[in-house]
Amino acid sequence: MEILDKKQLKAKKITKIILIVISLLFVVLMLVLPLVSIIVNSFKQGIEFYFNSLSTEYVVSALGVTVIATLFSVGVNTFFGLVAAWLLTRFDFKGKNVLSTLIDIPFSISPVIAGLAFIMTFGRLGWASGIIDSINEFLGTDIQIVFAIPGVILATIFVTFPFVSRELIPVLNAVGKDEEEAAALMGAKGFTIFRKITFPHIKWALVYGVILCTARALGEFGAVSALSKTRGGTFTLPLEIDALYMSGSADSITAAFAVSSLLVLIAVVVLVARNIFEFRAKNKKAKD
Amino acid sequence: MATVKRRSKQTRVIPGFQLTFGITVAMLSLLVLIPLLSVLVNSFRLSPAEFWKLITAKNVLSAFGTSILCSLIAAFINAVFGVILAWVLVKYDFPGKRIVDGLIELPFALPTAVAGITLSKMFSDTGFPGSFFSGIGINISYTRIGIVAALIFIGIPFTVRAVQPVLEKLDGQYEEAAYILGASRRKTFFKVIFPEILPAILTGFGLSLARGIGEYGSVIYISGNSLKDGTQVVSYVIMQKLERLDYADATAIALVLLIISFVLLFVINLIQLRRSKRISVR
Repeated sequence: MEILDKKQLKAKKITKIILIVISLLFVVLMLVLPLVSIIVNSFKQGIEFYFNSLSTEYVVSALGVTVIATLFSVGVNTFFGLVAAWLLTRFDFKGKNVLSTLIDIPFSISPVIAGLAFIMTFGRLGWASGIIDSINEFLGTDIQIVFAIPGVILATIFVTFPFVSRELIPVLNAVGKDEEEAAALMGAKGFTIFRKITFPHIKWALVYGVILCTARALGEFGAVSALSKTRGGTFTLPLEIDALYMSGSADSITAAFAVSSLLVLIAVVVLVARNIFEFRAKNKKAKD
Repeated sequence: MATVKRRSKQTRVIPGFQLTFGITVAMLSLLVLIPLLSVLVNSFRLSPAEFWKLITAKNVLSAFGTSILCSLIAAFINAVFGVILAWVLVKYDFPGKRIVDGLIELPFALPTAVAGITLSKMFSDTGFPGSFFSGIGINISYTRIGIVAALIFIGIPFTVRAVQPVLEKLDGQYEEAAYILGASRRKTFFKVIFPEILPAILTGFGLSLARGIGEYGSVIYISGNSLKDGTQVVSYVIMQKLERLDYADATAIALVLLIISFVLLFVINLIQLRRSKRISVR
């Protein structure tokens, strides 16, 4: 900009430096330091202690429960995300805005309420406990929801419910529905349209959505905490971290950080994946 | 009427409306709405007087006060830093920019319990920078300042990511026109750019606030959860009631929290709707 004289240019440069410094200070203090702090704390008592605290019976059991809950929630929410995104971006209908707001509910309510909701549905006071009882009686099984693995799975699905659809909807809206309409007019069947036209557009958004959903499912704490009470049985990794940290001895706190470091690794993978995903999206935009 | 009906049918050339509508509504109802309705139904078991008594209990009121106050402060701080960070990421180039941009998302990716124990340790008087702050007489962990710190961590991506895309799309022409017409740079920012990004700032503020009021995992370690110091948050009180099997209390408090969340969600949607209308008018 030629209109700017030297003084203004200098002022502009100073503002730039000040703002960058403020930003970097904030990022280092609030985001980098926590990461460093987890790693430092987890190796406080040496490498051997680190690996020992990762291989206790409790941690291994918690890892198993976490993986099961995550697999279920990623499966369910990926299916839901694809269906809901197709519905909300390919059709116009009454109540569309309401529906899309309702889908986002789990995003903005306290995870503790999610846990409470399932207790109130399937717990002793819940209206569905009778249904579960009669199913059990009929099949001769002993399925429990609350304070058992199914409850943990349901709570995890709940809190990660909108994650995949949220990533897909903006991409599908941006692409528009002309191609699908053309294909449909030419007689292509629904699934063929999805596979040949829609899917290539949303491939990367889907990958990222799944990664994000996985990370959130692995790390869910509040909702699961309300529904899971048995350490070594229904505890997930974040609950095990909580139990270790709250027991208060220096050893167990270090162990809590050691288990945390596993989840940090996954968080870092998510961030890197996001960066790659964004980079690809921007490159594609530039090419178009 | 008939023509309108036919036209709306004609626009649906893409197959699968009924199928996807059915699946979406069924899954949403079963997995989200019906469980939430159970909370609502259970809270109706209480008489209004009982409900009122539970809600206005000293520890409950204090928890709502703490949650709302701390979330407001954190959301405000996040709005300020969110604008600065978004501005720096959009307008400037500097080494490590992509790493900073990626790190913004960390609070979304890091489990809340992990964030909670880490922040608590960092800001306690044996951690860094907690030892520095306690040296100058400010205790952070186990006070309300600690709760605010945790909520800043949890909320920062909301404000940055709300403002960033709007700044990216902002037409440089207005800015240039303002310069040419002789507006100072400060004036340009506050009179030209700020009104444009204000809806985005409000959205980010609202999202950060909504998240903060219900937050559990990242807060409960750093807060210390003391009734005397007023550091119990709403989610903690609900969890406490659940552990004591006081389901009536838990649902009553949860209902109020739900209402607050829905009102916030509604207002955020309203802001976004108005913004998209403004853009489409242009």
